[in-house]
Amino acid sequence: MVFYVIRRILQAIPVLIGTTFLIYFLVFAMPGDPVAALFGDKQPNPELLKELREQYHLNEPFIVQYLYYLRDVVTGNFGTSFSGQSVNAVLADTIPVTARLALMAVVLEMIVGVAIGLVAGLRKGKLFDLSSLVVSLLFLSVPIFVICFLGQFLLGFKLGLFPTTVGADASLPRLLLPAIVLAASLVAVNIRLTRGSVIETLGNDFVRTAFSKGLSRGRVIRVHVLRNSLIPVTTQLGADFGILLVGATVTEGIFNVPGVGQTLYQAIIRGERPTVVSFVTVMVLFYLVVNIVIDLVYAVLDPRIRYVK
Amino acid sequence: MSSNTVPRRSAEHFVAPVSETPVAAIDQVKLSDKRSNLWTDAWRDLRHRPLFWVSVAFILLFIVVAIAPGLFTQVSPDKQCVLGNSNGAPTAEHILGYTKQGCDVFSRIVHGAGASLSVGFLVIAMSGITGALLGSVAGFFGGWVDSVLMRLGDIFFSIPYILAAVVIMSVFAAYVNVFVVALAIGAFTWPSTARVMRSEVLRVKNSDFVMAGTALGQNRFALMFKHVLPNAIAPVIVVTTLSLAAAITAEATLSFLGVGLPAGVMSWGNDISDAQSDLRSNPATLIYPSIALTITVLSFVIFGEMLRESLDPKARAQR
Repeated sequence: MVFYVIRRILQAIPVLIGTTFLIYFLVFAMPGDPVAALFGDKQPNPELLKELREQYHLNEPFIVQYLYYLRDVVTGNFGTSFSGQSVNAVLADTIPVTARLALMAVVLEMIVGVAIGLVAGLRKGKLFDLSSLVVSLLFLSVPIFVICFLGQFLLGFKLGLFPTTVGADASLPRLLLPAIVLAASLVAVNIRLTRGSVIETLGNDFVRTAFSKGLSRGRVIRVHVLRNSLIPVTTQLGADFGILLVGATVTEGIFNVPGVGQTLYQAIIRGERPTVVSFVTVMVLFYLVVNIVIDLVYAVLDPRIRYVK
Repeated sequence: MSSNTVPRRSAEHFVAPVSETPVAAIDQVKLSDKRSNLWTDAWRDLRHRPLFWVSVAFILLFIVVAIAPGLFTQVSPDKQCVLGNSNGAPTAEHILGYTKQGCDVFSRIVHGAGASLSVGFLVIAMSGITGALLGSVAGFFGGWVDSVLMRLGDIFFSIPYILAAVVIMSVFAAYVNVFVVALAIGAFTWPSTARVMRSEVLRVKNSDFVMAGTALGQNRFALMFKHVLPNAIAPVIVVTTLSLAAAITAEATLSFLGVGLPAGVMSWGNDISDAQSDLRSNPATLIYPSIALTITVLSFVIFGEMLRESLDPKARAQR
């Protein structure tokens, strides 16, 4: 197990270097002089320009600049946002909100997705299965921002069940509508995956054995079918996380949730490129770490994973 | 050393009784019949599925709309806008009402189809071909080529592609057009195609008929093009169809965020973005382009799903 953990972390290092290099290269390729851009239309003092260039290592070759940037990323210094606040301070304020929203969305998605997928798998080819297929394909096709607007308009505005925007007070009940919307964008994959996995598990010998032992149908499904069907669903959580990050950006922007996603959304809308890059870097790092953690958890749950060479 | 003494076989050879296969059954096989393969099997299955035909009809309809929008509406989407009609209700000639700028909603939807579909097809032309090429090279050569290409793919795969596209689009904000948007999306979606292609090539490469080809002395590359690729391509086509749907969604999302197609270009994403401020007073302007977008994506998703279920015997059994 220790060996597996070390190997998984070592594998992540080239990916980490690669992704940061890629992002940095894109920013480096940005047209225009970033220092001159700081002054807008004004003509700055050439002495000051030179000083700033030296301060930000802009005279060094590309690779040296990248190494400075990598040092900052590794030591957790992501620069300052457009409004002058340090990115770390903004993150400290916004991460708890986004974490709450994401957790609510994932819990909702898991409960609804697994329940529908399980019933659809058990009633293969029946009406429930077919309608769950249609509904999940529909949710797979509606872009997240359309789900947001529909949720906001129908549930928030027409029916008045939820506040239409969240605002500064991001308590759990106020976050419910954005969480439902975010969960709706993820639930389709979960339904399809659970259904396929349930059908596959039902065909196994151990299920037939469990039935022939005389166990009740409920117990076979709960203990033998469901538990074994959940393995691929757990793995999917890692890939879901990427969709969740993008979804949170759009959802938090539309519902005005004071989270990481909204900060990125505002920066994109206003064209604040350095802030966009810092936040995307943070999100990508977060995504990498979460995927490593999920892999490790998975290895703990399923011993077969850590013995494969 | 007595290695050249051959041990004498004492066991008798067992020969399966030939009489079990009735000669009549062999006679019934018509050699003139077309040989069944993966694709004819899939076709035989697909043509009985109504959902498949519905998705094909919608895809064809949207392609025609995208190529010749003039066939469907005579109203100009941006030249005949009258501010007096701002957010106006539907009339007989303007069946879906007016936008905030007083333009005809139906005409804008019809003219917006081109942008969405061309981004979608350009993305799969770029990322599908790149992915299939790199994946098959990785699977075919193996060894260090495989390792290098797949690690490279891991790097691109580790950045959620919409986030990556946001960064690329902010970088190229000054040069935005359909090609740049497609490139921004395609640059980070190729690894998923490459992974599928590689695993399929590896699977087919190790099958018996390829080994037979090698044993018969066939050239490696001829073997690759004649036997491995045709048998490995099916799942790649399915993934490509689904990524076409994802690309259309991605373009709309980028346009919605304001980093996709420029504001002057007619696209569903831009129209939805423009309509969001009037969601409460005039939801129709937002809902109609959203419906068009959803139906397009849904058609490609259903087409891909049907294809996948028909091409994959395992999925066919799950129905």
